[in-house]
Amino acid sequence: MADTERDRRPEPIEYDGPPDYRVVGRHGVYPETSHDEVARFNFLAQMNRHLSTKVMPGVAEAFEARIEPKRKSAYETRHQVRKDLVKDPMFQWWSAMRRATMETRQQAGRWVTIRQADELNDKVKTLTEGDPRLVLNPGFKQPRSTEAIDHHCMPGSYHTELVPGDVTGPANYDAGIFATTGGMLGRYNDGGGVAVAQWVQKNLPDFNPKRILDIGAGLGHNVLPIAEAFPDAEIIAVDAGAPMLRYGLARAKTMGIENVTFIQGDVSDLKGMFEDESFDWVQSTMFLHETSYKTMPMIFAETQRLLKPGGIVLHVEQPQYSDEMPLFEQAMRDWDAFYNNEPFWTKMHEVDLDDWMEKAGFERESLIHGGVAAVVDPEIFPEAAEDDEQEDYGRKAAWHVVGARKEA
Amino acid sequence: MSTATLDPLKLAGSKAKGKRPWFLDNPDTERVMNITLALMQEVAVIRERLDTVERLLDRDGVVTRDAIESFEPSKTEADERGYWMQEYIARCMRILQQDREAIARGKEDSSEDVADEFAKVD
Repeated sequence: MADTERDRRPEPIEYDGPPDYRVVGRHGVYPETSHDEVARFNFLAQMNRHLSTKVMPGVAEAFEARIEPKRKSAYETRHQVRKDLVKDPMFQWWSAMRRATMETRQQAGRWVTIRQADELNDKVKTLTEGDPRLVLNPGFKQPRSTEAIDHHCMPGSYHTELVPGDVTGPANYDAGIFATTGGMLGRYNDGGGVAVAQWVQKNLPDFNPKRILDIGAGLGHNVLPIAEAFPDAEIIAVDAGAPMLRYGLARAKTMGIENVTFIQGDVSDLKGMFEDESFDWVQSTMFLHETSYKTMPMIFAETQRLLKPGGIVLHVEQPQYSDEMPLFEQAMRDWDAFYNNEPFWTKMHEVDLDDWMEKAGFERESLIHGGVAAVVDPEIFPEAAEDDEQEDYGRKAAWHVVGARKEA
Repeated sequence: MSTATLDPLKLAGSKAKGKRPWFLDNPDTERVMNITLALMQEVAVIRERLDTVERLLDRDGVVTRDAIESFEPSKTEADERGYWMQEYIARCMRILQQDREAIARGKEDSSEDVADEFAKVD
């Protein structure tokens, strides 16, 4: 090419948006993606970003300009706000397109993983067969909270196997989070786990856990950074979904992380599995909203039972609704509950977690509160802590930490 | 033909368990919007592929399917492609941008109103 042609090219542009999908970390069981499958994820990441930064602000504008002024009396609940929002075209179009983008993302990821199901399933089988770090429980009955509805529009949720030994579900989850978050969770979707590990090292410098339990672990992406930060610790990841655990162990092994055991179980009752006071640290990350009022107190009681004296429990979640949070924001945060198959999200976020922790036997003085934002390579990935443009109610990669230290 | 156990044509688009919420006043409008969004996605895919072909031709003077599949954009190239995608989406989503601007402007005169006004002599 002649230099003159090169000279005619525009100057490098100032770009602020999701990175190209090709920066994702490809561990040993990552599904292969064709050029066009990558392009599909690129479009979806950008579409999500557009909806949250360019369309969703219109909902707040419509609320202020033409929804709230029509209301005859002050709003008393977030549900009243939501019931008015659903009648407004701006909310309707933002919601319809957000739901459609979620479903399209699932279709894109399922295409990628199901077309190579045999290869993926074989690879994972070879990596996990006979490995004592995978403990499945044939005949395990799914809790109602995972079985009733497919969480976040993910067909088959965490537990369905299309064929025996199937891992296409977790592989789809793993490969598609990039599109939903616009890369906010980093190369291995582990920005949340890295943040938790760093938070603990900074805030509890003398804490040296030997045995760590991750509950509702999914495919383990949140706990692997903890396993890396505490390489001498034994990590146990429990989840209800066998495909997640199978894929999780294979994934961890190919990433060179060897200190995690994946066990199938119902975390509201682990009595037959683990003894009292047998863990230094019990962790849950974006899990409580996928439980229920029936099981959450049981889970809290189990964490209290399982912790050694001096041990800590940490729950990472989106912030709780409170009187300080405007009802409009609460209604917007409820979107995922009602429109993205996260039914417990709304009720979970209205309780006083401190009270629930206390009822489970933790001393009020021992409660821990904090905040974490996804830690990613800022050269490549967008940083949630620096991102004021994208609030995206409930989706932002910045969370609250609620926990306790069991009295020594 | 494929001898795979599972058929992606049939399974990729499966419905999630749980009654689907509909948002627009007319569900048929929402169906059309869903089809339009899928087409938007596929146009973006074709454009990214074309961009890859052009960059390979610039770089190597030839293009092969293998080269397309293994193409890795540099940071600058990825930024250019990302920016194009933003421009493209903004173009497709113009009507919602204008809906927001209409909210910000409040009540506006229609051409009918102004036509009447302009037709008055005094």
